[in-house]
Amino acid sequence: MSLLVSPLKLRELGILGMNNRNIGFIGRYNQRKNYGLADNKLKTKSAAIARGIPVPELIGTVDYQFQVRTISNLLQDRDAFVIKPSQGSGGKGILVIVGREGDKFIKSSGALIDDREVRRHSSNILAGLHSLGGRNDSAMIEALIDFDPILKDYSYEGVPDIRVIVFRGVPVMAMMRCATHVSDGKANLHQGAVGVGIDIATGQSICAVQHNRIVSQHPDTHINFDTLAIPHWQQLLELASGCAGMAGLDYLGVDIVLDRLRGPMLLELNARPGLAIQVANQAGLQHRLLLAAKIADDSTMADGSADAGQKIALARRYFSVQSAQAT
Amino acid sequence: MSAVTTLWWCARILAVINSRIQIGLISGILIALGVGLTLYKAVSLNLPLLPGEYREVWTVESKTSFTPSNGPVNVQLRLPASLAGWTILDEHFVSSGFGFSILQKPDTTSTARWTRQSLDRPTTLYYKMQIYRASLDRQLPPLEFEVPVKPLLEADQQAAMDRLVERIRQQSSDSESFTLLLLQELLRDSQDQDILFLLNSYDDNSLALILHSLASANISAHELRGIELEDGRRRQTLSSLIEVYSGERWIIANPKTASVGLPDNFFIWQRGNGAILNLSGGRNSSLEFALVSNSLPAKAVLGMEQRAEEFALLDFSIYTLPVEQQGIFKGLLLIPVAALVVVVMRLLVGVKTSGTFMPILIALAFIQTTLLLGLIIFLALIGSGLWIRSYLSRLNLLLVARVATVIIVVILLMAALAVTSYKLGLDQILTVTFFPTVIVAWTIERMSILWEEEGGHEVLIQGSGSLLVAVLAYLAMSNTLVEHLTFNFPELSLSLLGVILLLGKYTGYRLSELYRFRDLASKQ
Repeated sequence: MSLLVSPLKLRELGILGMNNRNIGFIGRYNQRKNYGLADNKLKTKSAAIARGIPVPELIGTVDYQFQVRTISNLLQDRDAFVIKPSQGSGGKGILVIVGREGDKFIKSSGALIDDREVRRHSSNILAGLHSLGGRNDSAMIEALIDFDPILKDYSYEGVPDIRVIVFRGVPVMAMMRCATHVSDGKANLHQGAVGVGIDIATGQSICAVQHNRIVSQHPDTHINFDTLAIPHWQQLLELASGCAGMAGLDYLGVDIVLDRLRGPMLLELNARPGLAIQVANQAGLQHRLLLAAKIADDSTMADGSADAGQKIALARRYFSVQSAQAT
Repeated sequence: MSAVTTLWWCARILAVINSRIQIGLISGILIALGVGLTLYKAVSLNLPLLPGEYREVWTVESKTSFTPSNGPVNVQLRLPASLAGWTILDEHFVSSGFGFSILQKPDTTSTARWTRQSLDRPTTLYYKMQIYRASLDRQLPPLEFEVPVKPLLEADQQAAMDRLVERIRQQSSDSESFTLLLLQELLRDSQDQDILFLLNSYDDNSLALILHSLASANISAHELRGIELEDGRRRQTLSSLIEVYSGERWIIANPKTASVGLPDNFFIWQRGNGAILNLSGGRNSSLEFALVSNSLPAKAVLGMEQRAEEFALLDFSIYTLPVEQQGIFKGLLLIPVAALVVVVMRLLVGVKTSGTFMPILIALAFIQTTLLLGLIIFLALIGSGLWIRSYLSRLNLLLVARVATVIIVVILLMAALAVTSYKLGLDQILTVTFFPTVIVAWTIERMSILWEEEGGHEVLIQGSGSLLVAVLAYLAMSNTLVEHLTFNFPELSLSLLGVILLLGKYTGYRLSELYRFRDLASKQ
């Protein structure tokens, strides 16, 4: 295998590059004034609640430095929670606490930390350490998701989430991100989480990659990814598609978690979704995006209103891996 | 597909094409403008495109300051002529609110005259010129012999003068040796009684004493006033040499060193006695000079000389700026090149850097420190900074206070590095001061966070990415050709701007993506 692939080959495969993503999609389709909702998780949450889209429970927010001292009051009767910056980028600054041991908190990795550590983390968040452009931020505390046990073995020490790329309301590509020991319980591919490409048609796995390399089983739990099938798939796609209208962004990454009781829940939106999803799916985005534009046009009525159900149905038909392989 | 959506798509495609065409047009015009102006200057003004032989061109700015009194003001400044191998390229007067004229005297000396009816505050008038040494021939044009006029002295002065002249004449063979002996006598510490007395009676004005002594000895001599050229001087004043007639020719002697000959760095302003600055209607006048030397391509200098008029019309090079700003622009004009390097490395290659334009600032520091030393200093600063920062992270400080702490730590580190290296005799490390403190501090902070969040691997990637871009930017900026082109053809910045605009519309793959997605292709 050569070290580099020819750009012609990449174009043929329809791989979307960073420059093209920035100019051709984010720059052209996403209006800057609409970024605010996606970039701020608190705003995303309240907009989702207003639309009846399920989201993880918000325990509270810390907006000012003086509130950091009393953060333990807020957490008093909580054993498992997540502290994150409301305007964080790239999954930065997320602290996951899965339980308590005496005065100490147990991180998802099993490490123990005391409340000093929790306060320090919160105050860093407020100072904008993890946030876009280093702006002052607020910290939000969410209940830890009780994720669907079906997915339990696919993720190690962390909640798996499902990223769906939605273009003009059409779900285009999906991937599940599974935490590993290397990724410190974070579902962040950069840090060594496993990305599993998911067939839009069926919710079944296509391929799994870690560190850009194809793997067949989870490095920690050794479960085979072939058997993975996401439950509530239709419901999940509907949620993802619905977020596009809510965010006002035509090119959008929607991160979804599956709750044991409540099913798919919106975790966050991303106005600049990354390109790693192509590796996990072993497929390029470009052709699908063109097709999605056509689907969106076909599903749009003359009066401008769109049929979300038709978009999803067409997406499931066109983006099916089986049908693509058949043709 | 319905008609409406088709129309909508057409409009959208058109809008996109339009913006592409717009960018293409603007970039094309900018690039053509930059290249065109450059070629025009190269062809019609004979400026070389490649760096070749350089000439040292001095920009001399004279500042005439005075406090006006009541009534009309009349300032007259004797102007220098091209003498002793020096050539004046370009002259420029600043005289806002003044009537200005140049008086041409028959003996080829000219005088600048500023006049004004009334003036109410201290004022400075500027006269700027560019000079260079056109030939190594230091001959001065012949000057007619003047019969020395014996000075009128008090009786006791006269007696002392006579004794001095007599004593030196005893020891000398001709006018030249007489002059040198006299100058040596005056320079020496253990001066005899006559000289001490004379100096005292001349208010320590040794130059006047020398001229009077020479006249008393019946030697024709006069003052030669001019500027000692020293790069970067802001408040240089006139210095004096002495020109003595040795019987068949004039020789020049320097009273400060008691040596014969015209020093290389001496630019003659006026030959002969008489005031250089004449002021009526004012007081507290002073004449000072600011000096800067530039290396210019020899051909360009010739071109400027031949067609000073035309050149001034076209030239928007930095030479037309005041002396102080020229040096700054020399550096500023290199930054577009560094910006292009950053754009190429990030958009075409896909190198990750910590902070978008941080590499440029580091590269600018490298220019002062030289590359290898700069890298060592930078790594030492970042390394020790990270080490101290890892302790700070345990103190649980607020972010702003923590970064401020890191800034101070960086300054202390720089001071420690400078002092230690100086004590060890490694003077070059003193250039550590050129590193931008705040940028270094932020780099340390970012790297430290990156380390905590993504691990040392990512720190290594981004850190080496930043350094790679910084080194490339440095290599580009310190390249002689690049330096030559940006300095002499600043309009090339327009072309760079055009190229950067075009790159801003590049939607193709990055080099790093050809690596990142390499497995996708092999699967098929």
